[in-house]
Amino acid sequence: MEMKLPNPIRPAFTKPAREDTTIVNIGPSHPATHGTIQIVAEIDGERILRADVHCGYLHRGFEKECEAHTWHNLIPYVDRLNYCSALINNFAYCDAVETLMGIEITPRTKYLRTLLAEYSRIADHLTCIAAALMELGAMTAFLYLVMLRDYIYEHLADVTGARLTYSYGRIGGLARDLPEGWLTRLEEILVQYEDFVGRVHGLVDRNRIFIDRMRNVACLSTADAVNWGYTGPILRSTGVPRDLRKDTPYLAYAEIDFEVPTGIKGDNYDRYYVRMREMDESVHMIRQLVDLLQEKGQGPINVDDRRCVLPPKHLVYSEIESLINHFKLVMEGPQVPAGDVYVAHESANGELGFYLVSTGGGTPYKVHCRAPSFVHMGGAHRMLEGYQLADIVPTFGSINMIGGECDR
Amino acid sequence: MAPIFERIREALAPKIGEASVAHGVLVLPISADALLEVVGALKEHFRFDLFLDVTAVDWLPQEPRFEVVWHFYSTMHKLRVRVKTRVAEAEAVVDSLTGLYGSAHFMERECHEMYGIVFRGNADLRPILLYEGFKGHPLRKDYPKEREQPLVPYREGYEMPGGE
Repeated sequence: MEMKLPNPIRPAFTKPAREDTTIVNIGPSHPATHGTIQIVAEIDGERILRADVHCGYLHRGFEKECEAHTWHNLIPYVDRLNYCSALINNFAYCDAVETLMGIEITPRTKYLRTLLAEYSRIADHLTCIAAALMELGAMTAFLYLVMLRDYIYEHLADVTGARLTYSYGRIGGLARDLPEGWLTRLEEILVQYEDFVGRVHGLVDRNRIFIDRMRNVACLSTADAVNWGYTGPILRSTGVPRDLRKDTPYLAYAEIDFEVPTGIKGDNYDRYYVRMREMDESVHMIRQLVDLLQEKGQGPINVDDRRCVLPPKHLVYSEIESLINHFKLVMEGPQVPAGDVYVAHESANGELGFYLVSTGGGTPYKVHCRAPSFVHMGGAHRMLEGYQLADIVPTFGSINMIGGECDR
Repeated sequence: MAPIFERIREALAPKIGEASVAHGVLVLPISADALLEVVGALKEHFRFDLFLDVTAVDWLPQEPRFEVVWHFYSTMHKLRVRVKTRVAEAEAVVDSLTGLYGSAHFMERECHEMYGIVFRGNADLRPILLYEGFKGHPLRKDYPKEREQPLVPYREGYEMPGGE
């Protein structure tokens, strides 16, 4: 069957500005296929003069879909935003709804969410660094890091029941408590982490090839980064300690000790190193949180609030009030007071914000996700222009664009 | 209320409506023509240097129909400000912030394709998440969720739900 497909994009420029330059189309896909993007670039030999970055190939109407489901039913959808650290999305969304409802979560949930968010951050950074290194040919480092990541995924599956899309957050609590022996295995994995990340430092940090490809490539100044909306490890790599966990503490971050690693000049090497150091800080935080969990974090995981938390199953089967309560919560959803709220968490990639509008029902009127990856793609051309064509791959790898949250 | 919020409220009093603090965010309702002045002051005088987000809320059938919402963050004060304005469907036009913040480029493109809000001064309002030639604005409340507009046609005999 012959079929002529219309071009989904209209490039910003189609004619070269000079006689000796060429316009090339890169993608959709390749730049080592982290996410599907398309770059239209004007090149002078191997040097990129200007670039027009397109995303949207994974757009699936997340925000539209959210308006047709109850507040609880959205949790599996937010998992699929940043699928490398889905728990952070879960907790940010739940926090936004809880803020709107005026719910304060229990201490155990607070520590558990903080712990699991940091654990997810490690998994996310491991994925990002592993993939970026593999694209430069560092297969051993990739295998070390991805092995660790899989230990974490399997370990998270023990508590959440899924490897990747956990749907573990609940409005007012969590789906279930930790299984027996989970914290013992956690410490085993952290010890393995230290061993293998140490080896990666040894393999990569002073490697001539790695430095040549990463140092002084895709430099970003702090002023530029702020102007283009960069947050997270990319902003920190330019040398400023901007971190929502420190600046606007949420969950249990005010109670624990950690540093905010920063880079020197915001190049690819700095972004690699900031992520490596952030993982170390996360390990440090997790160990404190395990102690906090045992000292102050005993007790229930769900708040005692019938507006959002399902009643215990044995009551549903034995008394009419609980049965009705259960029915109402499942069929109509939690009744969230009218109003709007913007809540942001520091996700692995930067500021992940949820802007929710409620008109007082069981279904959101509007859900908007301020996804770091989308904003980062808006400034990506700043990191590509002036550098080599082959630098697209490590630069794009160091931005860590996640299609799920970028395209929503 | 944080001292910086008080100062903003005093300095911008003639330009803004009833300012309030909701969940730690200063909310400034303004009229659409005061946007550049208010945001310019927020950026230059009060150091709200990070443009976080722009989106809209479709309040169909209310008039004016759309509420355009901007969020700003100050890396100095570590606080957020929300600016909102109402615009009617017939003239859903607001000023573009691309002159003040680079990040406005992409986010205004998204808001434009999703709600049909025109950002005056943003020369590049091409689709970004949708594709070239997409009809309508999907996040408007009168756009049916089931409508499909596949770029690659379905096989013969398949009926598109809510198709045109």
